[in-house]
Amino acid sequence: MSVEATVPEVADVANRRTQRPAAATKFRSLVTNRIGSAVAVVIAVLWTIPTFGLLISSFRPEADIKSSGWWTFFSDPSFTLENYQEVLFGRASSGALATYFINSLVITVPATVIPLVLATMAAYAFSVLEWRGRDWVFVGVFALQIVPLQMALIPLLRLFSSSELLEPFPFLSVWVAHSIFALPLAVFLLHNFMSDVPKELVEAARVDGAGHVSVFLRIMLPLMAPAIASFAIFQFLWVWNDLLVGLTFTGANNAIQPLTARLAEMAGSRGQDWQLLTAGAFVSIILPLIVFLALQRYFVRGLLAGSVKG
Amino acid sequence: MDFFLYNKFGQMLLVIIVFAALIAVLLAIAWAADRWIGKGRRWAALAVFGGPALLLLAVGLIWPAIRTFYMSFYDAGTNNAVGLQNYVFTFTNTGAVIAFRNTFIWVFLVPIASTLIGLIYAILVDRSKFEKIAKSLLFLPMAISFVGAGIIWKFVYEYRGAAQEQIGLLNAFITWLGFEPVRFLQDAPWNTLFLIAVMIWIQAGFAMVILSAAIKAVPTDIIEAARLDGVNAWEMFRNITVPSIRPSLVVVLTTISIATLKIFDITRTMTGARFDTQVLANQMFDYSFVFGDNGVGSAMAVAIFILVIPLVAYNIRQMAKNRAVRG
Repeated sequence: MSVEATVPEVADVANRRTQRPAAATKFRSLVTNRIGSAVAVVIAVLWTIPTFGLLISSFRPEADIKSSGWWTFFSDPSFTLENYQEVLFGRASSGALATYFINSLVITVPATVIPLVLATMAAYAFSVLEWRGRDWVFVGVFALQIVPLQMALIPLLRLFSSSELLEPFPFLSVWVAHSIFALPLAVFLLHNFMSDVPKELVEAARVDGAGHVSVFLRIMLPLMAPAIASFAIFQFLWVWNDLLVGLTFTGANNAIQPLTARLAEMAGSRGQDWQLLTAGAFVSIILPLIVFLALQRYFVRGLLAGSVKG
Repeated sequence: MDFFLYNKFGQMLLVIIVFAALIAVLLAIAWAADRWIGKGRRWAALAVFGGPALLLLAVGLIWPAIRTFYMSFYDAGTNNAVGLQNYVFTFTNTGAVIAFRNTFIWVFLVPIASTLIGLIYAILVDRSKFEKIAKSLLFLPMAISFVGAGIIWKFVYEYRGAAQEQIGLLNAFITWLGFEPVRFLQDAPWNTLFLIAVMIWIQAGFAMVILSAAIKAVPTDIIEAARLDGVNAWEMFRNITVPSIRPSLVVVLTTISIATLKIFDITRTMTGARFDTQVLANQMFDYSFVFGDNGVGSAMAVAIFILVIPLVAYNIRQMAKNRAVRG
């Protein structure tokens, strides 16, 4: 900031001396803008180049990736899809990521839908229904956000290990674990949104004889659609990108592990095989990137409601 | 039927269908209760709407957390009480000093650096022509998993001997300037800083979004008044912007601190916690799930929890204050 700070002051001096406020102000804002823009561009480049380099590399032949930097692509272009072919469908040791991609998908969809529905209903209980101790319980749910996942992992894992349902339905524990861990934030977020719905709206419907179920389904759900969308994106990204829950609750069972767990393992075991790692990393980030870019508006809204409104 | 039982997608659909059916039954109960029962209907509604979530939280979060606390006083298999032995081990084992040191460096640097970068960037692109795109660029890493980010940066940091051509961007740049290539991820203690850079890369976008919204919410009449008084850019930033967005700053700082305290993915992916890069959360994972020592693992989880508490307490107090101010 110091650069920026001094420049306008210099301009200020010039301003007073020349007694030409308009021109001086213009000069000042021009200089500030130039330096400011330069800083912004540098940050933007730093934040984009690493991902860009990964993307370019993933399309270069193995020999090229290992012998020259990805930027030589522009002077000496070479293009192949073989890395993707190999990492997605090749031998098990080169990743076989297609299976893990499906696992991630199978994990993520229910782990997004289930907590979303439960939290929307709970938000209704905390914002529309009136009952004694409501505020205290709500604070309690909010406070649960502070419990690190680490605190719950081992006992929850043991709880599942005694369940016989896990044999035929191996994904069950991941689904349930993700759903539970999502609830405190989800309830908090959706409650914030729901509290913004005018009370008169609900009361008018109640006076007209509408029950809670129809108020919930006919009034709240439509009004909450944007909020629900924003949390859905949140939870989708969270589950898709999660490693901790994926690692612990799938055990060593390769058949149900998510992409992240497989990739983290490959980064260790095949740390120098950049043709696999670059393509693999891109396979894992493509879906969240699309979702994110397409629905950014909702995501930002959710973020703001969750962290600023309190 | 085989599809639903033996195919992954089938199982996925099955669980959603079963869940939807359950919810439908619950809502039907609430609907019926709303019509027929006089007195208990409020409780019926509460049980249907709030019950499932509260029950899951109690069974899946509260009880396990208490259980973990209990297990932290027992041996590896939770058979014999060992007093404070696990805690003594947590703080004194050979790796502990490094893990604690690194964790504190992480929790100190990541929030400050991400917030600073996010704030500067938010101010710089505010109301510029390219604001939307500029924000998306900084924000994009938020969509990337820590594992993905770890690989992306591992590639940036890649090291080759001085005789070879560098394939990592940073070392290519350094050797181009005429210096010796650096082993970014292997050479302690600096390697921790290079891991931290990855977390900053991810979190700066979060800080930027929140702070940008806060900046936009600063009343324009205050800004106009200051401008009429001839306040320069630095004074404007120092005396107007920062105090106005203080609540958001606190939220951003504490939220990132908490996230950083729990992070283990980056360390795991990029160095496997070797070369003195261990952090508390990763150590906890190793003891619990690699070495199978539930006692020590639980004690470490409790240690993380205790470190989180002051941050959250501060955060909640701040929120309460904000609420009081706003009425």
